[in-house]
Amino acid sequence: MTCKRLLFVNRHTPRAGARAAEMLDAALIAASFGQEVHLAFLDDGVFQLLKGPAEADVDDVTTRFAELDDCDIDHVWVERESLAERGLVVADLIIPVALVDRDSLSATMAAMDMVISA
Amino acid sequence: MQFAILVNQGPASHQAAASALAFAQAVLASGHQLVRVFFYFDGVLNANRLTAPGNGERNLVREWSALATEGGVDLVICIAAGLRRGVREANLAPGFRISGLGQMVEAAMLADRMVTFG
Repeated sequence: MTCKRLLFVNRHTPRAGARAAEMLDAALIAASFGQEVHLAFLDDGVFQLLKGPAEADVDDVTTRFAELDDCDIDHVWVERESLAERGLVVADLIIPVALVDRDSLSATMAAMDMVISA
Repeated sequence: MQFAILVNQGPASHQAAASALAFAQAVLASGHQLVRVFFYFDGVLNANRLTAPGNGERNLVREWSALATEGGVDLVICIAAGLRRGVREANLAPGFRISGLGQMVEAAMLADRMVTFG
């Protein structure tokens, strides 16, 4: 079957219920089906990648991003302005990312076969 | 054209579910094919048979069921997202079936366009 380019857009903090974990689940399944998977983090979604001690009583999605190395998700985009507006820099993030300007994010999205947000 | 639809919001919390249903009906009315409607995140709440809106209010769950039984549309909810929100075989509305995220990725692969709501 065809390989599609799928973009998963994360816009909420890792404490926004099951949202972040379910988005990651979907991305990992898509990758396991051999699809070209892209992740984008913007607005408060950038907090999902923030380094820091895991809280024992909270499902910690941030440490799960370490799984990405093994699962063939090569494209991780972070919106430059979202990061800067929250006083964060790339060094604060748990995995290597590619920064993308707010103005060019729409072009990134337009290049996808499917965009999933929640 | 072959369409697939992804519904990510519940019937009582967001316009997305109603918009998705209208889009699905329009796809069929214009002679296109609908590969599947997949329900993820809070979208699984569209499949809760116990949903009982008040008199005169719209019942989206029933309308989805009608789309499946009359239009022959494949309605699939994600099992993990469903269990997390109390939607299981015991209270699954007619016309829906429960399966895994692989069905979402497969729909994206089969369809010419997969359209996300919510």
